[in-house]
Amino acid sequence: MCSVRRTIGALDRGDLRDALALAAAIMVVGMSFGALAAAAGVPFVLAVGMSVLVFAGGSQFLAVAVVAAGGAPVAAVVAGLLLNLRLLPFGLAVGNVVGTGLVARVLGAHIVVDEVVAFSRARPPERARSAYRLSGTLLFLGWNAGTVVGLVAGAAVPNPNAFGVDAAFPAALLALLLPALRGADARRVGIVAAVLALAATPFLPPGLPVLVALGGLLVVGRTPASRGRSVTGSGCPS
Amino acid sequence: MTWTAVLALAAGTYLLRLGGILLRDRVTMPERLDRLVDLGATALLVGLVATAALTESGGFAGWARPAGVLVGGLAAWRKVPFVLVVILAAGTTAGLRFVGVE
Repeated sequence: MCSVRRTIGALDRGDLRDALALAAAIMVVGMSFGALAAAAGVPFVLAVGMSVLVFAGGSQFLAVAVVAAGGAPVAAVVAGLLLNLRLLPFGLAVGNVVGTGLVARVLGAHIVVDEVVAFSRARPPERARSAYRLSGTLLFLGWNAGTVVGLVAGAAVPNPNAFGVDAAFPAALLALLLPALRGADARRVGIVAAVLALAATPFLPPGLPVLVALGGLLVVGRTPASRGRSVTGSGCPS
Repeated sequence: MTWTAVLALAAGTYLLRLGGILLRDRVTMPERLDRLVDLGATALLVGLVATAALTESGGFAGWARPAGVLVGGLAAWRKVPFVLVVILAAGTTAGLRFVGVE
């Protein structure tokens, strides 16, 4: 009864609403990326192609900024790839969620994104796959639609920081992470990870401090404590 | 920005993503490794939250942003719906900036 009321087809209504919120926020950031690319003289098709094919916001901003500051394209690619190195362990973490077919893997790989990984991990195991695909698809659409709007509107796009969008993303990730942090060992790992990443930030190029956070694994206890990846939101057993 | 650069960044990024997924296939995971991968993702996400909330270009991001993240985090902890968490965080930071707190 409960699950019947709350689902549309295979989709959970709460998941859809939450994923739409993320997609709306990512669209605003996409708009500012489009505006930045337009200001930096990146041709329309190239900027759209970048958003479709790279689909990793931070690295796109960074690459465009490097070139706009007079850097070589090679430097832009290297900086972008450094920032995206974390996607490898994220891919590893969602490897059992993306699905087993060839199409599922080929398409599923493209939506390995911080928010999508966090989103699917915050759902109960039986909904993780649909949550992964749903959030990945909506974020992809939001990001690319935002890029197009930003390219067209150009300088008319206001700075997203004026709307606090830069706080929305860490807050969203934090909210998605809280259930995972219920386990004692996850909390211990998390504290060390945060300290290490922050300590490394002034000294390392973007992307590496987050990898340094993996050092938090050094304090993993020997016994698997409670796994703490429990259900969020709805009280539905589904 | 050139097509070569965009395609190189796109290909490299995609290979990183796919590589992780395929690696998961290759290894039959003993439970301990499975748990490490899971905690590793948690560590990375916490690292992302911490650096995104507090730093900007290698320095302190100012007070407005961490204040918004803190409000959002407290709201999430109090089981406020996700959409509201996002709005509260953004609203707090935007409000602080509006009154001149950077």
